[in-house]
Amino acid sequence: MSRALEIVEPAPREPCRPWPRHVLSAAQWSDLVREPVTLLAAWADPMQVLALFEDPFSETILLVSVAMDAGFYPALSPHHPGARFYERMIRDLWGHMAAGGDDGSWLDHGHWPHSKPLAIRPGPRPPTADPPEFQPVPEDTLMQWPIGPIGLGIGEAHHLRLTLDGTRIVRAESRLGYTHKGALTLMRSKSPRIAARFAARLAGDSTVAHSIAFAKATEAALAVLAPPRAVGLRGLMLRLERIATNLDDLGTIAGMVGAPEAQARCGVRQEYLRRGLADAFGHRLMMDCVVPGGVSADADANGLAALRQVLAALEDEIPQIRYLFGTGVLAARLTGLGVIAGGDAAQRCRVRLRAIDRDTGAAIDLLTDLPEGQLAVVLPLESGEGLGKAASARGDIWHWLRLDHGQIAAVFPRDPGWALWPLAEAALASSEARDAGSICASLGLPVSGMDL
Amino acid sequence: MLKPTARRTTLPPAEPAEPVDTETVALLADRLRAASQARLGHELAIRHVNTGSCNGCELEIRALTGVVYNLTRFGLHFVDSPRHADVLLVTGPLTRNLRQALEQAWDATPEPKWVVALGDCAVDGGVFKGSYAVMDGTSNAIQVDLTISGCPPSPARILSGLRALLEANSP
Repeated sequence: MSRALEIVEPAPREPCRPWPRHVLSAAQWSDLVREPVTLLAAWADPMQVLALFEDPFSETILLVSVAMDAGFYPALSPHHPGARFYERMIRDLWGHMAAGGDDGSWLDHGHWPHSKPLAIRPGPRPPTADPPEFQPVPEDTLMQWPIGPIGLGIGEAHHLRLTLDGTRIVRAESRLGYTHKGALTLMRSKSPRIAARFAARLAGDSTVAHSIAFAKATEAALAVLAPPRAVGLRGLMLRLERIATNLDDLGTIAGMVGAPEAQARCGVRQEYLRRGLADAFGHRLMMDCVVPGGVSADADANGLAALRQVLAALEDEIPQIRYLFGTGVLAARLTGLGVIAGGDAAQRCRVRLRAIDRDTGAAIDLLTDLPEGQLAVVLPLESGEGLGKAASARGDIWHWLRLDHGQIAAVFPRDPGWALWPLAEAALASSEARDAGSICASLGLPVSGMDL
Repeated sequence: MLKPTARRTTLPPAEPAEPVDTETVALLADRLRAASQARLGHELAIRHVNTGSCNGCELEIRALTGVVYNLTRFGLHFVDSPRHADVLLVTGPLTRNLRQALEQAWDATPEPKWVVALGDCAVDGGVFKGSYAVMDGTSNAIQVDLTISGCPPSPARILSGLRALLEANSP
């Protein structure tokens, strides 16, 4: 048994499906945090802070919680640097403070009518707006370059603060929360069927993945299973969404480094795919097509036939796109750009191309072999706690929720952005300032899903 | 392994666009006359302003700039600074955290200027209407001249709205 399992084993368990929640003492929590476990997410409810870990030794998912002690919980960030943004978010939404952690603000910029919107008693509005704070510039030979919140190009709203030594980036700090829409408050006290509309609008480029993770969490909490045809259609939609988002990312990167042909080819394929999606599922992004319990409507038979043609044409085109990315100027411009964990922008593009290849094959297989039968099951009005996962183009999405007689008592969606932004800060440091845009594009940084 | 391909497919030409909706053009032209606003001419520079969108509208706007819709053939193009823009194309329900940014962008845009609220969120807050964190649409901070609804609106629909604006502004 791994050390992490030994720590959580004696703790009492709350029923959460498919993984139980271990209710840890503050001491057990601190012990677990010190172990080499991978932090997947951290969030809270009014009474406690929850964290989702993966233990690499036993390959188990560990869902743990710790009760608040006078408003504090033991911090995660001293041992998991990526937890810094979670700690700030928990402070802003629930008011729980990480003892020994990061106490800065993240989502709350001082413009909301009240603070701590998810606490039992939300706090008063802060007297002054809270402008983003950044680390002071250490020497007067360095300069700071603020980018955003309205950035260049057609993208999401965020702020990057680059500290420059000449044209070289010495430090990159991100500040998010600009697109915070209060999704968690809107989802609370609603039925999962209604709250699914908000889950579908956390991130437009991953609406299917968020919807599937949310639906799976609901189905796990209520111990029901989506019917086989719904599962088949979900799998198909998820793969098609990943292909479209990966094409969009590749096109954006190509455009950033001045490769219009590659950008145009990715754009054309994406557009034809989205038209096929509109024919088959009634929506170009497949928003609201996945609902807790199954899918909202059956796919159109002619639309599925159209999709088959689109995918066959894409299969023909992939070698051409791969050639453009793999050789010549594009490869040269991407190599060595934004190196993080041994990988550069060129490698990240190759990963995307491989994913498109794989997903196209899998989608064609699914199309030829879709199970027949009913589309959705009725959800019982019961209580329970559940976790669900789906793989988006940007990384894994996790949804956790607790239902109270069919209504959402608490919910948290974990977007891949939480893992990508700390990486972006590291990848930007020691890069050239003029490469900042293409490095960010190569990481495909999502904002809205993380801003909640 | 990377290998050059022998067969090289050609890119498709831009697709012909639908005729512009004359009713919208007439309404916009009336508005121009009523405000005795100077016409902007045959070309419009657009600055996209994200006020909290989920990235769905942005996907569809980006599609417009691709070769299939080829926005520039109509005289429409995107610029990076509001100082170079005739039109602010606003997406998102206007989060409280982005109100100041939108107002700054509006102040920086030279007169005469147009504001287009794109997508259900920008029109009235969409599904996020009533949340503590949003201001229920662009019009609660700045005056909106044209709304394009949809969640998100399709590229064809966005194009039709922007071309109506262009027609109304043509001398």
